[in-house]
Amino acid sequence: MRPDLLNHAPILIILLFLGGAMVAVLAGLLQRRLAQPWAVGITGSATLLSLFGLARVLQEGALRYQLGGWRAPIGIELIYDPLSAFLVVVICAVSLLVLIHGRRIVPEEIPGREVPFFAVALMLIGGLCGIVLTGDLFNLYVFIEIVSLSSYALLGIGTKRSPLSAFRYLVMGTTAGSFYLLGLALIFMRTGTLNMTDLAEILPFVSGQVPVLVGLAFILVGLSLKAAIFPLHGWLPDAYTDGCSTATALIAPLGTKTALYAILRFVFFVLAPAYGAGAAPIGTIVAYAGAAAIVWGSFMAMSQKELKRMLAYSSVAQVGYIALGIGLGSRYGLIGAVLHILNHACMKACLFLVTGNLRRNVGHSYLPNLDASVRREMPWSMAAFCVAAISMIGLPPTAGFFSKWYLALGTVEAGQWPLLVALLVSTLLNGVYFFRIFEQVYLKPAREGASGREARGEAPLSMLVPTLIFAVLLLILGIGNVYIVTTFLEPIWAGVL
Amino acid sequence: MIDFFAEHYSHVCIVVLIGVGFFGMVGKRNLVKKLIGMSVLQSAIILFWLVAAFKEDATIPIVKDGVSPIVPEEYVNPLPHALMLTAIVVAVVTSGVAIALLVKIYRNYGTLEEDQILEQL
Repeated sequence: MRPDLLNHAPILIILLFLGGAMVAVLAGLLQRRLAQPWAVGITGSATLLSLFGLARVLQEGALRYQLGGWRAPIGIELIYDPLSAFLVVVICAVSLLVLIHGRRIVPEEIPGREVPFFAVALMLIGGLCGIVLTGDLFNLYVFIEIVSLSSYALLGIGTKRSPLSAFRYLVMGTTAGSFYLLGLALIFMRTGTLNMTDLAEILPFVSGQVPVLVGLAFILVGLSLKAAIFPLHGWLPDAYTDGCSTATALIAPLGTKTALYAILRFVFFVLAPAYGAGAAPIGTIVAYAGAAAIVWGSFMAMSQKELKRMLAYSSVAQVGYIALGIGLGSRYGLIGAVLHILNHACMKACLFLVTGNLRRNVGHSYLPNLDASVRREMPWSMAAFCVAAISMIGLPPTAGFFSKWYLALGTVEAGQWPLLVALLVSTLLNGVYFFRIFEQVYLKPAREGASGREARGEAPLSMLVPTLIFAVLLLILGIGNVYIVTTFLEPIWAGVL
Repeated sequence: MIDFFAEHYSHVCIVVLIGVGFFGMVGKRNLVKKLIGMSVLQSAIILFWLVAAFKEDATIPIVKDGVSPIVPEEYVNPLPHALMLTAIVVAVVTSGVAIALLVKIYRNYGTLEEDQILEQL
């Protein structure tokens, strides 16, 4: 790949998706079947580009890209450092696999609407990359709203209930966006800048002023609402349950994570010089909200009967893990948080893809009706489910164990015992609700002729392969975690901690 | 007291608007009224930015003759206006998506009253 092309990698990735979304609509007008291959092609090339970009960033250091040649802080700046480069790779790769999986299931679940679906999906992924890459707080608002608006649209198609859930999500999401904008106004009035690096330098001079503090509070509440940090998670379970399978599999692993990333970037790269690393009171609040989310989300997940809803509640808990790591603010906590963003993206995507396979070939994902016949018909899907579920519980050698291990180390290091207890309790609760499914699928005898429908066997290859890739990835990420931490995650904190 | 209102009437109005917006979103059971409340809230925040940019006796930010030195007090800060143009676009798109969803909800349930929809669930 030509090196001068890589100089423009950050903006090219975003433009690929946004432009690709426009062309997807045109390609879809020509031939409806073209939409999905086009979306996969765009995401594939963006994945390649982001991989090369990451290699270059690790070799030559961070790249600050000035949009249109206007120098920051006047112009908008994209920050392509190890942290954002790493997360862009995660976003592109996970969505690539989910989009491949969508080839069969999207036309079946929402017939006739696959063209707009894939166009909006590309817009969503572009927005996610934008959130991760931007170095400007107003630009961040714009990308957050792009992501939110595409999420409302994607989750609004599906069952009879989904428009209602999507509307509630929209009301909450818009409140969050308005809070963010209000807080930003207060900060802008006091500092006169929107650039993150510039703001980090100015904030120490105004850090004690009331408008600044109120503005920061508004911004953090707005971002927490987008990230569904407990107790601001109310919109999440309904929205995720009623969306179509591919939409949920795309938004659940990535959507809330990028909002968490925005919190991380804001707390550690903007607030740190003025208020100290981890911004003490904010960190404690975020960490304990995370712990509450872990316990509450796990308890709620246990009592669900619908697999998709159970996974949605478990998302609330998993967001809690990442929030806990960010709140700890120590090296171990942050390694655990970023590693968990990666691991959870793979686990949740895998679990939601299996749910999609179940819905297509078994016709439902209602937990009490799952029995051994499911395992006999779909052995590979269920094997992938088991790997992902074991990873969610956090048993070695799967990926989930290692991110929880780093988080636990962080709590011990900080002497925050209540947080450690929350981590351990949630592992047991995760065990309870996933082993319940294992028991049913592997041990509960099949009821003969109860379902009254023909067996459709294993999911087609286009759906099975992405699911299995995620399952294998979870094992690879688990075994190779030392390599990931030393190569990708250590450089992130070089300048921060 | 009166001095306070005379001096800060624009901010008082914005706070009232934000309150009205929130009341609409939280207190009303009709989904369209929730949407109206949401729009009022968004408009209030856009106004807040614009009020922050306002200066007494200042003009549009175009340099007058290019010879005399530039005095920042003579020009209105143009950045908030440019930013709010984007925020207005976001607000319009949000309303568009919300109205599309409301049309779908009405087709599915035949009503936009939240209580009646909850009964049907």
